[in-house]
Amino acid sequence: MKLVYFAWLRERVGKAGETLTPPNDVTTVGALLDWLKAQGGGYAEALKDLSAVRVAVNQEYAGPEVQIGPNDEVALFPPVTGG
Amino acid sequence: MIRVQKEDFDVGAELKALIERARADGAGIGGIVTFTGVVREFSSEAGYRGGPRQLTAMTLEHYPGMTQRQLADIEADARKRWPIDASLIIHRYGRLEPGDNIVLVITASAHRQAAFEANEFLVDWLKTKAPFWKQECGPGGETWVAAKASDDQMAERWIRKPAAKRSAAE
Repeated sequence: MKLVYFAWLRERVGKAGETLTPPNDVTTVGALLDWLKAQGGGYAEALKDLSAVRVAVNQEYAGPEVQIGPNDEVALFPPVTGG
Repeated sequence: MIRVQKEDFDVGAELKALIERARADGAGIGGIVTFTGVVREFSSEAGYRGGPRQLTAMTLEHYPGMTQRQLADIEADARKRWPIDASLIIHRYGRLEPGDNIVLVITASAHRQAAFEANEFLVDWLKTKAPFWKQECGPGGETWVAAKASDDQMAERWIRKPAAKRSAAE
């Protein structure tokens, strides 16, 4: 699974992206966030407050219930501030 | 039409090109609304350390691919809701300085109401949907700009508000 991070989430995780293989029971966005957070370090710091985290799966906004698989691109980022 | 670019844009040249494209398409344009967003001199984080914070620069990060997709979706949405004959969204990324252009939104229609409303809709939605993140740079270092609840409220009002119809706008 390809993960990409933006803005302060990227800074806290400490990298712009990576390829990870979460355990088989991680099949939703919500489960992925919980699993990442449990990895500790920068992940725990970045995901401390999940209300400030937005997720996109294959470049579409996704809620915690959305299904994910090994071929998906999952992006984690703070609420957007463009315009 | 949407464009995501590092380079500056020329509002006059973009406006002229849009009008020419619309004319070539045979559109009967009667009103054109142009919104330009620029980098402020001072931080929007009011009262920071007891006073306004002078900015030296702003860096805009974005999610290449998703940005283009979101902007295209928002534009298509506006054109479904309002009788817009021509539209353009340009959003810059990278390092910008106070006074620099950030975003350009042009909407053209037969009548002004549709052009005004669609323009506001586009700006409100790109502020809350397009994956851009602003980082301000000033004395004391760099700060990520926090999303504003007021921006969400501005965008949400379009969920309830019916769009102006062609016949209703003069």
